[in-house]
Amino acid sequence: MRYAGTGFSLEIDLSRGSIERVETDPREIELFLGGLGKNAKIFWDRVPPETEPFSPDNLLIFGAGLLCGTPALAANHTCVITLSPLTELVAFSNMGGFWAPELKYAGYENVIIRGKSPDLVYLWIHNDKVEIRDASHLKGMGSLQTQTFIKQELNEPNAQVVSIGMAGENRVYFATIEHDSSSASRGGLGAIMGDKRLKAIAVRGTKDINISRPAEFMELRREVWEYTKFRMENPIPETMTINERLGCPQEMAVHDEKWHTIMASWGNSRIRITDFWTPEIEKEWTETMENMRVRLIGCYNCPLKCKASISPPGQPTYIMKCYSKMTWLHGAYSPSLDFGFRIAQRAFAYGVDSISTPQVIAFALELLEAGILTESDFPGMPPAGEARPGTTLPPNNEERFYYLLDKIARREGIGDVLADGSYRAARRIGKGAEKFEHNTIKKQEQLPIKLGVLDPLYFLMFCTGEKVNITQIQGQYPQDPFLKRETREKFVKDWFQVPDEKLKQYFVDWHGSKEEGPNRKPYYPTVKMACEIVDWMERMHYVDDSLGICGGLSSWNKKPPYHLHNFPKIISAATGMDYDTDKLVQTTRRIRTLLRAINVRRGLRRKDDKPPEDHWAKRFPELENDLIDEFYKLKGWNKDSIPTKESLHELGLDYVNQDFIERGISTDKEDTPAKNVA
Amino acid sequence: MKGEKKKKIVKSIKIDADKCTGCRLCEVICSSSHAQPKYSSNNPERSRIRVVRDPITDRFVPVYATEYTKAECAGRKKYTIAGKEYDECTFCGASCPSRDIFKEPDSGLPLKCDMCEGEDEPLCVKWCYNDALTCEKREEEVKEGTQPEGVEIGLESLVNKYGLEKVVDTVARITKKG
Repeated sequence: MRYAGTGFSLEIDLSRGSIERVETDPREIELFLGGLGKNAKIFWDRVPPETEPFSPDNLLIFGAGLLCGTPALAANHTCVITLSPLTELVAFSNMGGFWAPELKYAGYENVIIRGKSPDLVYLWIHNDKVEIRDASHLKGMGSLQTQTFIKQELNEPNAQVVSIGMAGENRVYFATIEHDSSSASRGGLGAIMGDKRLKAIAVRGTKDINISRPAEFMELRREVWEYTKFRMENPIPETMTINERLGCPQEMAVHDEKWHTIMASWGNSRIRITDFWTPEIEKEWTETMENMRVRLIGCYNCPLKCKASISPPGQPTYIMKCYSKMTWLHGAYSPSLDFGFRIAQRAFAYGVDSISTPQVIAFALELLEAGILTESDFPGMPPAGEARPGTTLPPNNEERFYYLLDKIARREGIGDVLADGSYRAARRIGKGAEKFEHNTIKKQEQLPIKLGVLDPLYFLMFCTGEKVNITQIQGQYPQDPFLKRETREKFVKDWFQVPDEKLKQYFVDWHGSKEEGPNRKPYYPTVKMACEIVDWMERMHYVDDSLGICGGLSSWNKKPPYHLHNFPKIISAATGMDYDTDKLVQTTRRIRTLLRAINVRRGLRRKDDKPPEDHWAKRFPELENDLIDEFYKLKGWNKDSIPTKESLHELGLDYVNQDFIERGISTDKEDTPAKNVA
Repeated sequence: MKGEKKKKIVKSIKIDADKCTGCRLCEVICSSSHAQPKYSSNNPERSRIRVVRDPITDRFVPVYATEYTKAECAGRKKYTIAGKEYDECTFCGASCPSRDIFKEPDSGLPLKCDMCEGEDEPLCVKWCYNDALTCEKREEEVKEGTQPEGVEIGLESLVNKYGLEKVVDTVARITKKG
C-alpha cells in the first residue's frame, strides 16, 4: 500500500504515441519527495545537458506534490518542469487549482512527456484508461475555452484540464500553461508544450489516496487550520494590506493598491509615479473591480479565496489572482484598472506570462520612440493614447498594447521577433537596442522594480534563485524593518516559525527608517545574516514545491501555518517515512543542489548570477562579491557556483560529482579552478 | 409504538451557495471521515456532499446525497435561477442509475448523508471556512418510523441489481467459507 503517493508515473512518448504506467520507487520519494524534488531527479537522470529546449528529448514533466490528494490544507500544486526556451536552463513553475489532486486520484504521481506529436493532440487520463486524442479542432482556441470544450466533448464536467492557448502553440518564449484559476507562467513552459503539439491534458480520477497515521495527520491538519484562522484575524503590522494575512497577495479582495503603484517602475521599468494613488484613482478602481468581479473563489482543499472570477462587460469571464492585476497597466502607462482587467482576459486566453509580456511590449514601444524601430515595423498600429490629466503619467499605450499582444501571440511581423523575449529581440534588432533591454536576469524579464540602495537580501535572491523569479524565493522575512524596536520585539515574541532563534535578533536589531543607528542596507543584515535568512526563505519554497503546498499558507507569507517544524511531522504521518526537521533540511539541500547541478551542467556559472545593471541605483561591488561568496559556501558550492565534491557526497549525490568529473566541470580535488564548459 | 408522535432534534443544513468558493474541502473531509478506519483515506467520489462548480458561469452548488432510488425519475428538471441555467439533476441528491454521483466508485453501492451522527456537528459544516454550510438544530414533533441503516440501503441496491436469489446465494456461499 502506498501512503500519500500512488505508486505510478505516466510515461508518454508523443513521437511514438506510446503510453506506459511505470511503478515509482519509494526510496526516491524519501530522498526527493514529490513535485519539484522528484521532477529534478528525473531531469538529472534523463535529460543530457546538450539537449535543446525544442528537442524531442526535452522532457515536460507535470509533477503532483507529494501531499496532493491528501487532506493537507492547500496541498493542490502541480510543479511543471522543462527546459526553458527563454533561459535555456531548466525551468519550473507551479500552479494551484485542482489538477494535481485529480491526477493523484487517477492514480499517478506525475506525467512525464517526451517527444513531439506529429499532429495537435490532447491527453485524456481517466484512472487506468489513458488516450492520446485529436486536438486539431482546438487549434488556436483560448486556454480557458479549451478546458470547457474538452470537458463537454468528453462529457466529464468534473475533469480537470491544463491547456495552452495560441501563444503556446506558436512557441512564444514566454507562453504559459493554464488551468482553471491557475497558471504555470514563468519560463515559457507553454512553448515547450506547444512545441510537443500537446494542446491540453484532461484528467479525472476516482481512486483513494491513503494516509499512514490518520489520527496524527488529522491532528496536525487541525493545528494548521486553527493557526490559519488565527492569522486571518491577526494581520502582520506594518505590512501592505494585500500581504498582511495569508494567501497569495489579496489583490482581488483589496482595493488599496497604493504600495504597488508607487513602488513599481512603469513602462519598460522606467519611471516611478509616486503620486499616482489619489482618492480619485482609488474611487475609480474600487468601482471597476466591484463591477467586474463576480466571486472570490479558492483552490482545492484551501479555505482561502485568493482568486476571483472577472467579467469585463463584452468579454468572456475569466479568473485572475495577484499581481497580473497591475503589470499590464504598469507597462502601458495606463491609469485604468478597466484596461488592466480587459487586456488580461485576452492575455490569459492566449496564454502569455503577465510579467514578461508587458515588459517586452513596453520595450518594443521604447525602441519605436528612440527611432531604433520605425513605423514600418508596426503596420496599422494605433497611435498612443492621451495622458490622463491630474496624473504625471505619460500618454498611455493601451491600444498599442492590444496590437502588440495580438502580434506576439501570432508571431506576426515584429511580434515574431518580440516573441523570443526582449533579450534575444534586442540582439536581433541591434542598433543599440541592447541598452533598452535592461530588466532581465538569465534572459528572463523580471518584475518592474528599480530601487535605490542595494538590498542584501534581495540581491542574493534575484541573483541566485534558480527559478529566476523573486516571488518564488522571498516571503518568510519582512521586506523592511518595522519602524520601532518595541514593535519588532513584539513581532518576534511569537515568531515560532523561525528555524533558529538568532533570526529573531537579526530582525530586532534592524533599524527602522526613522530610527537612529547603523543597521540598515546595504550592510545590514550582514553578509552572514543575509545568507542565513535567504537560505531559509528559499528552503520554504522548495518544501512547498515538492509537497505541492501553496505558498499562501506557507512560504509566501510571514508567520504561516506551515513551517519547518510541522512539515516533517506532516510528511511522516502522511507517508509513514521517518522525517524530522534536520532530514527535511537535508532533503531540500539535495533538491536545491541537484537543480543547480543541472544548470551548471548546462553551462551556468557565477557570472550568470547577477541582477540587471540598474536594478539598484547604488551598487556595492565588493559587498556583492562577499554576499555571493558566502552564500555559495553556505550552499556547498565553490566560488564558481559548482557544487563541491564534499557537499555532493554529504547529500548522497556522488553520481553528480562523478558526472562533473567526466565532463571536466570538476576535478577530483576541491577548490581547483574549474574548466568552463562550452 | 410505531406511528406515535415523538419530540426529536432535527438537524437542518443551510446551504448559502452565494458564499461557496468551490474549495471542496467538504468533499475531502466527508470522504475522509467515512473511510474505514476513519481518516485513513480520502476520495471525493466517496463524499456524501458534492459541489457543482463552474466559475465561468458562476455556478457553485453544494449538494447532499439523499435517498437511493432504483429507477430514474420519469422526467428531468432543468432550472434557470437568476438567469443561470443549471443542468438537469443538479439539485437532486439521489443515488440514481442515471449517473455516477453518490455511489462508491468501486462497488457502485449508494452513498447517503448521515449528518455525521456521533460528531458535534456535520463535519462539512465544521470545516466550511466561508460559512456556505451552516447547521441548525430544532426540536420537532415527528412521527416515529424506522430509518434504514446503511447496510439495508446497500443490500436493497444489490437486490435490485442482482436479484434476491443471487444475493442470498452469495451470502450463504461466503459465510460457508470459514
